Amino acid sequence: MREVDLQVITDTIREMCIEVNHNLSPDMKKALDDATNKEESELGKKILGQLQENLVIAKEEMIPICQDTGMAVIFIEIGQDVHFVNGNLEDAINEGVRRGYVDGYLRKSVVDDPVIRNNTKDNTPAVIHYSIVPGENVKITLAPKGFGSENMSKVYMLKPADGIEGIKASIISAVKDAGPNACPPIVVGVGVGGTFEKCAIMSKKALTREVGVHSEIPYVKDLEIEMLEKINELGIGPGGLGGKVTALAVNVETYPTHIAGMPMAVNICCHVNRHIVREV
Amino acid sequence: MTKYLTAPLSKEDCADLRIGDYVYLTGTMYTARDAAHKRMIETLDRGEELPVDIKGQLIYYMGPSPAREGRPIGSAGPTTAGRMDKYAPTLLDLGLGGMIGKGKRTQAVSDAIVRNNSVYFAAVGGAGALLSKSITASEVVAYDDLGTEAIRKLTVENFPVIVVIDSKGDNLYATI
Ligand code: SF4
Repeated sequence: MREVDLQVITDTIREMCIEVNHNLSPDMKKALDDATNKEESELGKKILGQLQENLVIAKEEMIPICQDTGMAVIFIEIGQDVHFVNGNLEDAINEGVRRGYVDGYLRKSVVDDPVIRNNTKDNTPAVIHYSIVPGENVKITLAPKGFGSENMSKVYMLKPADGIEGIKASIISAVKDAGPNACPPIVVGVGVGGTFEKCAIMSKKALTREVGVHSEIPYVKDLEIEMLEKINELGIGPGGLGGKVTALAVNVETYPTHIAGMPMAVNICCHVNRHIVREV
Repeated sequence: MTKYLTAPLSKEDCADLRIGDYVYLTGTMYTARDAAHKRMIETLDRGEELPVDIKGQLIYYMGPSPAREGRPIGSAGPTTAGRMDKYAPTLLDLGLGGMIGKGKRTQAVSDAIVRNNSVYFAAVGGAGALLSKSITASEVVAYDDLGTEAIRKLTVENFPVIVVIDSKGDNLYATI
């Protein structure tokens, strides 16, 4: 058994919040570079150039990449041989988010109740997905999610008879609906299988997979490649103002499901697809 | 066409703008997003005056991140305009000069733009650090308690925007 001091979890999450909002991960930077080379529309090229300039300013001058520094979504994988000491885990995570967002001059975008809507003023609480895994490490993935793109995400309760064609049609329909609203070029996270909530969580998790890395399941990899091509034929383009680059990646996760169903979710993320991983 | 215009815009400027025009704005504009719009409309419903005179002014749908010491503002890119569609026609009919945001608008908003010879611009979504460099001053002028959603008066210099809906009702997104 290994003891982990929760202060370390808080400090780590604080740092992750600040880092991820100022410095896009190398996979996303590379995807934007490639996109700039591929784009043919003049305006599209200009916008992609601005996005790259934006990243440089964000990093050098410590100004968040986007003003919507998101709601903090955290996937935490806890080794079953870990024993946390010095408090409770959920409080430690939220304290990390609180300090990160306050100390890091990040925007506080969370309200305490969906109807009453008072801002909590420190961006807490986070949305936390826990899982228990073998071992004695703690792996934290933080993905702050902006709501311009979150609002364009969808769950579809498809039927088995809809097959892979149904999945393809749903992805295209969600991306078309999102259009310029989700700050294209986008990253598309897809979860297929499981249950209503499982597919939604998978679609979020899919966004944290490195852009450019494909599924190990051959038909899923083919689906990812084909969907990216089809989406980029839609012509939505950077900023939704026309062009060849509408999406940077399509990441699909799957899970076993029930004989009677094929739930799927499409979680759309903008080009500010922030994700960062730390192990404690 | 690339244009350099003074904000707020004159009615003549508005009438001349066409979809796809790339415009650099210099002057002043106000920020307001969801919560400020809701409050403004509730104020009007009660028959009271708005806290700022919006006649002829531009509203930028934006809620910034906090400014670091010595800076006018934090990251400052546009938010999705569609969430303000419910409120925009009322404000346009009261004389609002134009709007800056990102994303689609309803037909009702487009009609109100035509009716009032106004304009809807898009700024590049997700370029908040870059856009903040075109903002030279920012002052909260109403609804301070709303935090990032307060109404701010911004001073801008060559703030880059693109005409998405013009006073004829043409829509740049619809041409794509
Ligand atoms: S969708 Fe993404 S890039 Fe666009 S405003 Fe929201 S967080 Fe920023």
